[in-house]
Amino acid sequence: MSELDLARDRLLAQTSAFDRSVGEAGSPHLQRLREEGRSHFAALGFPSTRLEEWRYTNVGPIAATDFRLAGREHAPIPREVVEAISFPVFACSLFVFVNGYLRPELSASRVLSGELRVESLARLRGEDPAVLERHLGRHTDPKQHAFAALNSAFLDDGAVVTIPRGARLENPVHLVFISNGEGVTLSQPRVLVVAEEDSRAVVIQDHVSVGEGCHFTNSVSEVVTHANSDLDLVVLQRESDLTHHVSNLTSRQERSSRLKTHTVTLGGSLVRNDLRALLADEGAECVVNGVFLGRGDQRIDNHTVVDHAVPHGSSRQLYKGILCGKSKGVFRGRIVVRPDAQKTDAVQSNPNLLVTDGADVNSKPQLEIHADDVKCSHGSAIGRLDADALFYLRSRGIDQERARLVLTRGFAVEVLEQLPAPALRDVALDLLEERLRDAGVGS
Amino acid sequence: MLEIVNLHASAGESSILKGIDLTIRPGEVHAVMGPNGSGKSTLANLLAGRPGFEITEGEILYEGRDLSAIEPEERAREGIFLAFQYPVEIPGVGNHYFLKTSLNAMRTHRGEEELDAMDFLELVREKMKIVDMPEDLMSRSINQGFSGGEKKRNEVLQMLLLEPRLCILDETDSGLDIDALRVVATGVNALRSPERSLLVITHYQRLLDYIVPDFVHVLSEGRIALSGEKDLALTLEKKGYGWLEKAPPGAESAAIQ
Repeated sequence: MSELDLARDRLLAQTSAFDRSVGEAGSPHLQRLREEGRSHFAALGFPSTRLEEWRYTNVGPIAATDFRLAGREHAPIPREVVEAISFPVFACSLFVFVNGYLRPELSASRVLSGELRVESLARLRGEDPAVLERHLGRHTDPKQHAFAALNSAFLDDGAVVTIPRGARLENPVHLVFISNGEGVTLSQPRVLVVAEEDSRAVVIQDHVSVGEGCHFTNSVSEVVTHANSDLDLVVLQRESDLTHHVSNLTSRQERSSRLKTHTVTLGGSLVRNDLRALLADEGAECVVNGVFLGRGDQRIDNHTVVDHAVPHGSSRQLYKGILCGKSKGVFRGRIVVRPDAQKTDAVQSNPNLLVTDGADVNSKPQLEIHADDVKCSHGSAIGRLDADALFYLRSRGIDQERARLVLTRGFAVEVLEQLPAPALRDVALDLLEERLRDAGVGS
Repeated sequence: MLEIVNLHASAGESSILKGIDLTIRPGEVHAVMGPNGSGKSTLANLLAGRPGFEITEGEILYEGRDLSAIEPEERAREGIFLAFQYPVEIPGVGNHYFLKTSLNAMRTHRGEEELDAMDFLELVREKMKIVDMPEDLMSRSINQGFSGGEKKRNEVLQMLLLEPRLCILDETDSGLDIDALRVVATGVNALRSPERSLLVITHYQRLLDYIVPDFVHVLSEGRIALSGEKDLALTLEKKGYGWLEKAPPGAESAAIQ
């Protein structure tokens, strides 16, 4: 048996203890999702680098560790820690999940009742299973992705955000997922966001780690935007450099809805982000933006698929990679235009910046166009800090390292200035700058 | 202030400056003219310390210090300012943030307190008036989407803010219409003082109608072919640069002096 098989079996062996802990609570739908997850994970196992989709990501470091499934119980998290994580600059509703489980005592909702529902999956399955049945597990595909299957295999809690029809939310909803603990913990955040018709909201899905442990965060998000809705989803990953992070985001857009995803990846040791955006009805607009920062020995692998299934859809994708130290980045972005999807307008761009000599990035844009009346373009670039710009700043008294920091930060601005609020842009830029300084850029 | 002695320099493989001697005292304005490829911009870049330019012989002394071992940022803090021929566009870095960072780097170096946001804003507004610069240029990225004239105004604005002791203007007039030229010259002239020296590099005499030099030097094939007072610029305007190359440069130079 290979190490990958052993790791799979070690995880599957934790199912009976898990089932005992959750007891009988759960709808048949949830049970079915778990069973599906288990059987697909058993069949797929950990992906090997022989698979095309996993060529650049060796999940060996994850498989080599005997991760224990995090339960509802966890080491206490002081309030100050949560305060340091939250963004006081704007009034967010804060929902804190520890190792995947909602912690109401750490959360603070400032949303007026009736405008928005943020529920724990664990509560909904008892009280209102219909919402879950309509969407949970309907969009992510455990047959295609072993880690999505693994997430479903132990489905227990998570965030279910419903933006009711016609609601226009002024303040962002901040979902914080804390991986917590001293040991080797697997936590599996699960998110479902449903934007009902004519709604408008900003949701932040924020991943943080607390404690000195080696965590593995395996998250699955499903997003549905109904007709004429407008949703910004910010996925911020700022875990420690000891954490492995695998994420799966799947979205489905209905008629004339607008979805902007902003994936900001700053932390993690081995990181794999999969994003699949489906434009399922006409007139949908999709923006898929991302910034990823690699430092030290980080491996950051981003796979995106934008799937134009119907006519008159537009997608804009801007992913920027910043690689320092000996880090390695990957961007594989696929745009699919199905035969019916005439008048599709799709643009993809992936500029990358290598800040230091040892860093590396692999960019692979792919277009799959099966319709003839479309406008599609893609481009990628790999470059270094501009020598003329560097000299310009230095000639104004700004020292070399500071100039490098200023330019590197500036490289990310084109993406981050599209965040839905200036305050969020500043938060993201400050976090980026902090990590850059930590990596020795600017000092 | 500045003493250039027998300066030979190269950029990459090619040798560009072949023995320049030039002394600039405090308060003086020197113009360096010359045809394309004569080494004018190389001289400017060498003074500011642009990587890729190498001194192969001779030396540059700034206030008695050998410049060759000093980093560009250090030169800037010590009062050397190069107004770029082609100011660089830097997307993602706000002009306001840049100017404030730059000014505070200078102030820290001089042992002065950093300016806070309010004081900086007040100062920058005052200086912007001198070069007639619209306020929205401050909230944009450095030089991005600026017209040619706006870029040059931004250079002079920086000069006004940073108050250098040696200002080097590298073809600041290129690409400017007469109105923009007048505005830029007003900004430069506002800086003229007995302690401050200017080195004005230009292809055309026109700029020197507005920034009147004390001395004019003509650069040709990496050497100063001719030096004189401000009238020399007018002679060049009439006769062009062609006649310089026909005569032995040493003889001409001696004859004028």
